[in-house]
Amino acid sequence: MDKSETQSTNSGLAGAMEWIDKRFPATETFEYHMSRYYAPKNFNFWYYFGFLAMFVLVNQLVTGVWLTMNYVPSGDGAFASVEYIMRDVEYGWLMRYLHSTGASFFFVVVYLHMYRALRYGSYRGPRELLWLIGMAIFIALMAEGFFGYLLPWGNMSYWGAQVIVSLFGAIPYIGPDLMEWIRGDFLMSETTLNRFFALHVVALPLVLCILIFVHIVALHHVGSNNPDGIEIKKDKDENGVPRDGIPFHPYYTVHDIHAMVVFLFIFCAVVFFAPEMGGYFLEKPNFEMADPLKTPDHIAPVWYYTPFYAMLRAATFPLFGLSAKFWGFVVMIGAIVIPAALPWLDRSPVKSMRYKGSISRMMLTLFVISFFILGYLGTQAPSKAGTIAAQVCTAIYFAYFILMPWYTRVEKTQPEPERVTV
Amino acid sequence: MKKTLLTLLVTLPVAAWSASASNWPMEEFEGDLQNLPSLQNGFKLYANYCLGCHGLQFQRYERTADDLGIPHDLAMKNLVFTDQKIGDLMTTSMPKEASKAWFGAAPPDLTMVTRVREPDWVYNYLKTFYVDENRPLGVNNKVFANVGMPNVLLDLQGVQREVCTDGVCDQLVLEAGTGAMTAAEFDSAIYDLTNFLYYVSEPARLERQRTGVFVLLFLIILGSFTYLLNREYWKDIEH
Repeated sequence: MDKSETQSTNSGLAGAMEWIDKRFPATETFEYHMSRYYAPKNFNFWYYFGFLAMFVLVNQLVTGVWLTMNYVPSGDGAFASVEYIMRDVEYGWLMRYLHSTGASFFFVVVYLHMYRALRYGSYRGPRELLWLIGMAIFIALMAEGFFGYLLPWGNMSYWGAQVIVSLFGAIPYIGPDLMEWIRGDFLMSETTLNRFFALHVVALPLVLCILIFVHIVALHHVGSNNPDGIEIKKDKDENGVPRDGIPFHPYYTVHDIHAMVVFLFIFCAVVFFAPEMGGYFLEKPNFEMADPLKTPDHIAPVWYYTPFYAMLRAATFPLFGLSAKFWGFVVMIGAIVIPAALPWLDRSPVKSMRYKGSISRMMLTLFVISFFILGYLGTQAPSKAGTIAAQVCTAIYFAYFILMPWYTRVEKTQPEPERVTV
Repeated sequence: MKKTLLTLLVTLPVAAWSASASNWPMEEFEGDLQNLPSLQNGFKLYANYCLGCHGLQFQRYERTADDLGIPHDLAMKNLVFTDQKIGDLMTTSMPKEASKAWFGAAPPDLTMVTRVREPDWVYNYLKTFYVDENRPLGVNNKVFANVGMPNVLLDLQGVQREVCTDGVCDQLVLEAGTGAMTAAEFDSAIYDLTNFLYYVSEPARLERQRTGVFVLLFLIILGSFTYLLNREYWKDIEH
């Protein structure tokens, strides 16, 4: 590069920007991802949650860093250090509640974000890879939440983690050894706590950030879907700008900023006035230190895992010489992973629920209802009626996916519009 | 619309939440952290009757004295009976191993007892000790059946016996004149003691709620600006 190429022609701020742009694609990147990224102009309520998920991620990262400054990952020190943060660290209680409430809200917004995709067919081509990356984020998030849940070293942390780790013990042949390998000990101990701490604080946040970056790169390459499920890129004006598109910045930035404030209002109402959320965000037995000799009356995972936990418990009989526990594990993993197949299960000529037929709508409604019921059942102690209800809901959950290739083809759909409806 | 929907989704599971497991008809307890005389009296009762066995190992004397409006020198003179310093944690001096041998189980730390149980539970528990000759310590409890703790507040409350009708023992009767306090005085003392434990379980509670009001008010103001900003940008867009 000769000298003239690296010298600015402008002065002041514009000159500085020019100086940077010659060395780093700052303006170009901003334009590609923000001011010249054309998003459909008919986004509705359901399109806030991707941004909100990123916002909660930032909250978790920032509060997490501050918690780590005073948290002690040891068997003797962990529980006491959390109380030290709650009492003796300036605004420690705020950092802790922002983090614990943030964990629950992360799942609230991610579940709503995923529901949006089901509703408007956002997983369909050309967004298959975008969807798969999203599924990877979801699984990484579940792991992140699971590892983090052990860290306060409360009695529910301890026994909840014990229950989940023991699931691996149901795998034939390698189960018991695998369990020991995960724990690093013969029972849940400080060794387990240390490795969960490392995974929660370093490994998984890194994985999450990389995956989310890739998720956005993929999104901006294929472009956003919209409530009508039609491709705005098919109809461009003479400048190559989609006629139904609108620059993400400033239009959707101002949109999302307002959504963020509304979200913060609800979020802060919980943080400041109901951080325990009636025992759902912070569970009562977790205010007691982990005790390997004292099992809580009723062990249940945190609410955001309970739909899958209910499906795990719904498997009550052995099959092919393998234990019911093993099949429960298979059902649970299957339930978590099966949405990844959606792009290839959906054979409908249209993407959006607006134009799909009545069977699709009914199946989605049943799916959502059964997910809620499973979530409720997972918080309850097992009962006969509860198990039957869980089995029915599990069947509906899987039927939504497995029957999709059939019902999306046989039902009568409505024609998609040429342009987005506003 | 957006707000109600989100709130609904968030609070839905709470409706499914059920309360305490004991079948004793619980009296309600409503904590009052603004009532400093009550909290101070609760602290005094705790230091005199409870701290000998039950520590508050995560809470410091200094923080407690400051929050409850007690000058440090007064606190040191009247509430700290050991050689501990004002900045120390309120641990018990009872040796854990020995107490385990004496009572069968070491007396639990009570810093967060009102969060593990409910404040109502603690309030009712402290009021429902009664004479039961079949128990090793001669007392039993209505809320915590077969409890291993002696009736420490006996000299204040007096002797309480259970009354059974048709095999249902759902009443406790106090023998008049056996305690140093009247029933009303004792109720009020237990209220103060429970209130104190309610404070200790989360000393930042008042500050949290006070801060929360300002945060929410700020968000309403900020929200009206972001709403207008959004409207300004979108007013020319057909949508």
